[in-house]
Amino acid sequence: MIKYICKRLIYLVLTLWVIVTATFFLMKKLPGSPFDAERFNMMSAQQQHVILEQYGLNESLPRQYVKYMGNILHGDFGTSFTYTGQKVSTVIGGRIGPSALIGLQAVLIGLAFGLILGIIAAWKHNSGIDYFTMIVAVLGVSVPNFVAAALLQYYVALKWGILPVGFWTDWRCSVLPSVALSFSATAMVARFIRTEMLEVLEQDYIITAKAKGLSPMKVLMRHAVRNSIIPVVTILGPIVVNLLTGSLAVENIYTIPGIGSLFVDSIKANDYSTIMGITIFYSAFYIFVVLIVDIAYSLIDPRIRLAAGREA
Amino acid sequence: MDELFVRVHVDESEKEHIAHPNLTAFQEGWLRLKKNKAAVASLFTLIAIGLLALLAPVFSAYSYKETNYDIIYQVPSITHLFGTDQFGRDLWVRTWMGTRISLLIAFVAAFLDLTVGVVYGAVSALIGGKVDAVMQRFIEILVGIPHLIIVILLMMIMPAGIWTIVVALSITGWVNMARLVRAEILKLKNQEFVLAARVLGTSTSMIIWKHLIPNTVGVIVINAMFTIPSAIFTEAFLSFIGIGMQEPKASLGVLINNGYQVLRNFPHVLIFPAIVIVLIMVCFSILGDGLRDALDPRMRK
Amino acid sequence: MSRLLEVNQLRVQIETQHGTVQAVRGISFHLDEQETLAIVGESGSGKSISVKSIMGLLPKNGKIVEGSILLEGKDLAKYSERQMQSVRGSDISMIFQDPMTSLNPTMIIGKQIVEVLKEHRRDMTKAQMKERALELISLVGISNPEARFDQYPHQLSGGMRQRVVIAVALACDPRILIADEPTTALDVTIQAQILDLMRDLQKKIKTSIIIITHNLGVVANIADRVAVMYGGQLVETADVRDLFYETAHPYTKGLLASIPKASDKGSDLTAIPGTPPDLMEPPKGCPFAARCTKTMEVCRQYPPKDMLCRGTHRARCWLLDERAKALRE
Repeated sequence: MIKYICKRLIYLVLTLWVIVTATFFLMKKLPGSPFDAERFNMMSAQQQHVILEQYGLNESLPRQYVKYMGNILHGDFGTSFTYTGQKVSTVIGGRIGPSALIGLQAVLIGLAFGLILGIIAAWKHNSGIDYFTMIVAVLGVSVPNFVAAALLQYYVALKWGILPVGFWTDWRCSVLPSVALSFSATAMVARFIRTEMLEVLEQDYIITAKAKGLSPMKVLMRHAVRNSIIPVVTILGPIVVNLLTGSLAVENIYTIPGIGSLFVDSIKANDYSTIMGITIFYSAFYIFVVLIVDIAYSLIDPRIRLAAGREA
Repeated sequence: MDELFVRVHVDESEKEHIAHPNLTAFQEGWLRLKKNKAAVASLFTLIAIGLLALLAPVFSAYSYKETNYDIIYQVPSITHLFGTDQFGRDLWVRTWMGTRISLLIAFVAAFLDLTVGVVYGAVSALIGGKVDAVMQRFIEILVGIPHLIIVILLMMIMPAGIWTIVVALSITGWVNMARLVRAEILKLKNQEFVLAARVLGTSTSMIIWKHLIPNTVGVIVINAMFTIPSAIFTEAFLSFIGIGMQEPKASLGVLINNGYQVLRNFPHVLIFPAIVIVLIMVCFSILGDGLRDALDPRMRK
Repeated sequence: MSRLLEVNQLRVQIETQHGTVQAVRGISFHLDEQETLAIVGESGSGKSISVKSIMGLLPKNGKIVEGSILLEGKDLAKYSERQMQSVRGSDISMIFQDPMTSLNPTMIIGKQIVEVLKEHRRDMTKAQMKERALELISLVGISNPEARFDQYPHQLSGGMRQRVVIAVALACDPRILIADEPTTALDVTIQAQILDLMRDLQKKIKTSIIIITHNLGVVANIADRVAVMYGGQLVETADVRDLFYETAHPYTKGLLASIPKASDKGSDLTAIPGTPPDLMEPPKGCPFAARCTKTMEVCRQYPPKDMLCRGTHRARCWLLDERAKALRE
């Protein structure tokens, strides 16, 4: 197990290094400059030099790269171009709260509804609720999150006025974006658990459980559900990716001061130190989640727990 | 009655008679797919959407970029089936034009994914050994990267346009296909019928052509069915957050973005392209599921 | 001896996408106290479906359309699902073919045994149940029961798992133990151990056994009586001695001839040519007519009746008819 985690950690570092390097050189290729072109050209050579110095842009590319890598190791992602004088890490840090709240709420909503729907659908296979679940599952992955978010905003907030349209003032503002984000998670979980459970219900140990004289409810809860829920952990990675990308659009639509909207704004402003910072932040977060998920899975499922233990 | 008690001759060939006709995996798969009404309906819907995307702009009196400031934001009517937008452009034509572009991007991206992925996966699985190990380590690193982020970065450094999106999507999209194809071939390679063919002295290229490729096609087709809608989504998403296709070119994402800007007052601008994109995604998703059930031998009962 | 279980004219149908399968077509047999009955037949002959209908565990698309299943005079075919729940695991229990998959992989073994007790022995305390479970684990020949109690199925070998499955089945001292090919998935050496174990346990806890198998070696080893099933019907029922030495039905003869013998070294294996009938459209005459070496015209036209050979030995074959006397050899 420890050997396995070490191997995974090495990959984690390697992947991050690839990402940082790729991002760094891609950003250097970026057409246009983060500075306002007109104003920058009006400056004297002296002033230009000072500005470039300030952002570390007047050195050779390899030197900039080495310096950037060194700084990252100290948690320093450079200075933001748009939020003058602010460190990128500070800017990102200030935006984590809203994004985390919405993301967490979306995951919880998705898990709750997805599990309930998926379990009932498999249990009542080919019934009305099963078809309903399938429709939810198909729509949930097919309706683009920005369309869902836009429509929710239009009907629930604008037309019916039940919840705020946007702006980050109180908790109620987080409801609609969380719901909009949760659709794909609900769909993925419902679909996954339904398939998983239909398979589990075919297993011999389910017949064994029935042959013991257990009631259908006990067979379901004790044997089928437990064995089908465990693998849901494995799709947490894809769910998180979906939430990350979804948040880019959804945060913009609901004007939430989160990382997603910061990222989109930085793209529009060519603020590449922030773009790089967020890219690295997202990637690290994703890789970390996948690692945690894998470790958690092997801890929960006794079959894998032992297989890994033996291997190590 | 006694005349019944006489020995009769039973034809040997009759004894070995097999009741069911012998079908290839694909014939059987097609029969299964035909039984899946939702999948068939999806297939026809997609064909209809494809035809509309091809033909509607051709047979319309309007062009997708023709502006007319007298008729901005008109609601749907006989003359303008989907209404008009902020420049008085006909949304019927723009929607199908956008569909055309979105589908084009999706198909080309899926095709490139498929080619790169299949080749990479097949080479990795067939050569094996150190080459496979190196190729897999490389993939393991790539898998850790959230694709959309890389796509966005690529979009930023390349000039906006259809081919930029196609390239950005293909650079990141092939990894899954490569993994699936490799896994499938490795699995097949060790299956009895391939081992048997090898024992019988079948040449390697025959094994690849007669056994490995036909049996991998299912996985490839199914995965392509999921790649296409995801490419359509990504394109629309990029356009929506403002780094994809640019005006006056219309992709579904651009149209939805335009519609979103005026959603409060003119919801029809958003609704039609949104319906089309949802329809496309839903149909591909159902068709993909149907194909998987029909072609995947593991799901066969 | 009283009749413990009596199955009369049982017919079971299974609805599939392609049509209705006549899986079991009117079979009758009985089981006495402490007796072992083997049901023999090839795959698809309907043997598994027959015993599953006794347990009330037919798949959702399967249905008993006719006949009765009398357990000490009470008709299980008429029992509700809830009534069947109290029978399963308590009066009748069942073990399945593949021990690798018939235990829940994420539940410790002890819990899987205790679970049956919880269901049917409500008066027992937790401690008593655990004690009983430990007792069962050692009863089925697994050493160190305390340690095994907390282990997961994948930590045990196939043979061990089948022992655990047997322990689960015997937890409530069932009257009848149904074993659906209990040794097929095991190594040959382990097979013998499991059969020995079942025989010993039968003596100890005085249960009756119905064992399904396609292995005549297993039959000779364990059974008192044998029922041979073909095409959804019982073609021959006999004491184990009679079946081997006074074989009446050509299908049974074919099965016996197909057992390789040491003296056959070098010669080809004997097989019964052909395939079993399609039970979607069962033949109107004898189901075996198409593969039989002694087919008569009558075999194709009329289904043979159940005929008595000697004592309790019965078979369904037109050759046993007076009029076919001349053709028997």
